[in-house]
Amino acid sequence: MAADTLSMVFSALADATRRDIVARLAVADATVNELAGPYAMTVQAVSKHLRVLQDAGLVSRTRQAQRRPVHLEAEVFDLMTSWIERYRRLAEERYQRLDHVLATMPDHAESTQGKEQ
Amino acid sequence: MTSTAKHSTEITADPKVPLIRITREFDAPPAKVFRAHIDPDLIVQWLGPGRYTMQIDHYDCRTGGSYRYLHVGGGSEFGFHGSFHEVRPSEVIVQTFTYEGVPDGVALERAVFDDIGDGRTRLTVTSLVDSFEARDAILASGMESGVVEGYERLDEVLAR
Repeated sequence: MAADTLSMVFSALADATRRDIVARLAVADATVNELAGPYAMTVQAVSKHLRVLQDAGLVSRTRQAQRRPVHLEAEVFDLMTSWIERYRRLAEERYQRLDHVLATMPDHAESTQGKEQ
Repeated sequence: MTSTAKHSTEITADPKVPLIRITREFDAPPAKVFRAHIDPDLIVQWLGPGRYTMQIDHYDCRTGGSYRYLHVGGGSEFGFHGSFHEVRPSEVIVQTFTYEGVPDGVALERAVFDDIGDGRTRLTVTSLVDSFEARDAILASGMESGVVEGYERLDEVLAR
């Protein structure tokens, strides 16, 4: 996944309504009308939110006659998780080296630093 | 979005502000963990990525001080520099961070050393950048270096 795609995913999820829509789609596919139900906003406004999610690759619309249900693309989440997991693993490697440094350091500053101000 | 898996380092990428937060606990008191963050002789032993040698130009970790260091390896070198905005021993280090390959880019970093008892410390490092694009590029850089490491392992296998 390209960096700009990841940015679109994160900015798409920066909005509370869109996060709520994603949470509901995680349970089951739904039509725009069904999604608009609980919100105090027009179907057009909900459609705009869906467009942002769709552009980020987070949801897709299938052609099922009139219904065109909205579907959550779960694998996009998996990709983001893998990016974050990679970054986390590098940080963990760094801190395992710090664990080793701490285990071998003397307890008092004077003995390692020798240049107290 | 949080990733904990089975390791102790925890990463959070906030969807609302462009920051990355790293949390990690250490079997050493805050004074000692802090010292490993300010003593150049100790920093070079852990801060750089495993496949690079870290060379410190200067590292003056006090309020108003500054630092510059290089990661050197494989015929390349990558420079980093910044200023120490606020340093309180065994408590907090607030600093700026610039990768010299992107000289106008700057992250504001805060490292907090919390005493969690039993001679242990919880370190929380928050890195705030000025756009989601920059934040995601940082996350992506982890991916890229992971891919590089993967290819290096492949090279080793192929060389047998």
